[in-house]
Amino acid sequence: MSHSPALTVERPSAAPPPMRHGSSTKRKQNIAAYLFVLPFFVVFVAMLVVPLVYSGYLSLFESKLIGGDAFAGLANYVRALQDSAFLASIGRMGLFFVIQVPIMLGLALFLALALDTGRARGSKGVRLLVFMPYAVPAVVATLMWGYLYGPDFGPIAQVARAVGFGTPDFLSPVNILGSMMNIVTWEFVGYNMIIMYAALRSIPGELYEAAEIDGAGQFRIAWSVKIPAIRPAILLTVIFSIIGTFQLFAEPSLLNAIAPDAITNSFTPNYYAYNLAFINQELNYAAAIAFLLGLFIAIVSYIVQLSSQRRERRERSAS
Amino acid sequence: MTALDTRAAVTIGDTTGSRRAKRNFDPKKRRSVLLTVLLWLCVLYFVLPLWWLLVSATKDNSGLFSTFGLWFGGGFSFFENLQTLFTVRDGIFARWLVNTLVYSLASAVGATLLATMAGYAFAKYEFPGKKALFSATLGAIMIPLTALALPTYLLFSEAGLTDTPWAVIVPSLVTPFGVYLMRVYAADAVDDSLIEAARVDGAGEFRIFWQVGLRLLGPGLVTVFLFSLVATWNNYFLPLIMLNTSDLYPITVGLAQLQAAASAGGGSQALFSTVITGSFVSILPLIIAFLFLQRYWQSGLSTGSVKG
Repeated sequence: MSHSPALTVERPSAAPPPMRHGSSTKRKQNIAAYLFVLPFFVVFVAMLVVPLVYSGYLSLFESKLIGGDAFAGLANYVRALQDSAFLASIGRMGLFFVIQVPIMLGLALFLALALDTGRARGSKGVRLLVFMPYAVPAVVATLMWGYLYGPDFGPIAQVARAVGFGTPDFLSPVNILGSMMNIVTWEFVGYNMIIMYAALRSIPGELYEAAEIDGAGQFRIAWSVKIPAIRPAILLTVIFSIIGTFQLFAEPSLLNAIAPDAITNSFTPNYYAYNLAFINQELNYAAAIAFLLGLFIAIVSYIVQLSSQRRERRERSAS
Repeated sequence: MTALDTRAAVTIGDTTGSRRAKRNFDPKKRRSVLLTVLLWLCVLYFVLPLWWLLVSATKDNSGLFSTFGLWFGGGFSFFENLQTLFTVRDGIFARWLVNTLVYSLASAVGATLLATMAGYAFAKYEFPGKKALFSATLGAIMIPLTALALPTYLLFSEAGLTDTPWAVIVPSLVTPFGVYLMRVYAADAVDDSLIEAARVDGAGEFRIFWQVGLRLLGPGLVTVFLFSLVATWNNYFLPLIMLNTSDLYPITVGLAQLQAAASAGGGSQALFSTVITGSFVSILPLIIAFLFLQRYWQSGLSTGSVKG
């Protein structure tokens, strides 16, 4: 009977007690649980753990013209950390992250809060229409915006010419990063808005009823009740944005076709790894780049999570 | 000052709806014109590009260049465009559409099944190693999947599986976030006493899962299904590196190839309008799926993000 506590804790008193709490029942349940998680973890190991380990293994080798692959230790990593193209791509994505993510998440939060107040007409329509770009593949979104930016039949250029501003060049080397930020913002505001909105809807009303009775305005309530209450959801969107930003691929690779001067083969780290592996045939070096990129993303996500937890703890102890 | 849209609350899951229902009546509640205008201005930004796509799909190549992009003009050639789209290169576009459907349905069904079983077990069983396995799953959410695509490609190539549908489907079966979502969802949706009662009736653990669990996990299932469907449908990187044969391409890789041909100026004149019509056709199925299933995925997500 030594195994019964776990079972009785889980079970509310409503159901009649089972005949026997014997360890054989417990063992049967354990086996069932393992069988339930087994299929997922088989694929998990095969498609996630093995490639990860393999990538780490490959990155330690160097392919020589004569004699095939030779163990190189950390040489690929040393090379990557001195590779100005790789570092520039990380820096470019850092800039992208610092500018685009606050705009995207700010807009998403504004929309979610505005919809949650229920003071606008047709909120349901707004919600669906803003979310719609999420169902558009990045390839199609980039193609579409590429045409919209285009100098020939792009409507933005048509309007600008009609007003007398001349033809704006969204695809020049200076402007391309901003143009890409706009594409990604367009794609993902709706997705982030839905996550935040869903979290807002599940705040218990009692939390801000008191504030409303005290006469606090909607801005006050949003700032000091609603936003703190959905902090976990916001953190989730930040983490997803970190991952998404540093592995941008479809956008640069498609913009490259229409703006080859502006998009270098190392515009984003992921695009660089792809070009190294499949154009330059430098598989080992590409594996090191991919591994470093993954490590970098994991560390940044971890720091963001940690600082958010610390801040929460500090605020809790202050109040 | 209850600022609530009751109609919006109805579409969300029953739990949140009932929690708020008691605050519905409030005499001071009022609509804000300013907010309405602001919101609908935002909507314009998200909708205008899609509107442009719709309008442009009705124009032929010369119409694209000679008429204003945001309004119809230069004749209505939508059906000609469709015909060109489905006949170009011996109708390969239809083939791509079918490939995308097969890849994303197979991946989504498989991923949902795996995530549901695992999430249900994490929510409803206590077993040795549960904590470690779940932490591994959570940690994996942070692994960028495209950083894995390269070594996955090499492994598949050693097994001789590149350039087959499996190379696109199997890697898409892992959704750590889906497992997390299903665990949170199952913890609330499946009552422990129901499981216990079924056990007393002598049902096996698997029968309980199929007949009791799955029935209660509906919205969670739809959510995970839709999001893995979108992930595979929209994936570009993985099929791009895994597949070489045009006949096996999904629509994303195919469209990118058509576009490259169009901007290189090679081949036929009609390519721009073909690419645009192809883009338009390729986004319709997902938008329709999201519209029809919104009741389910919105309530499924709301549970997931509470404890997010």
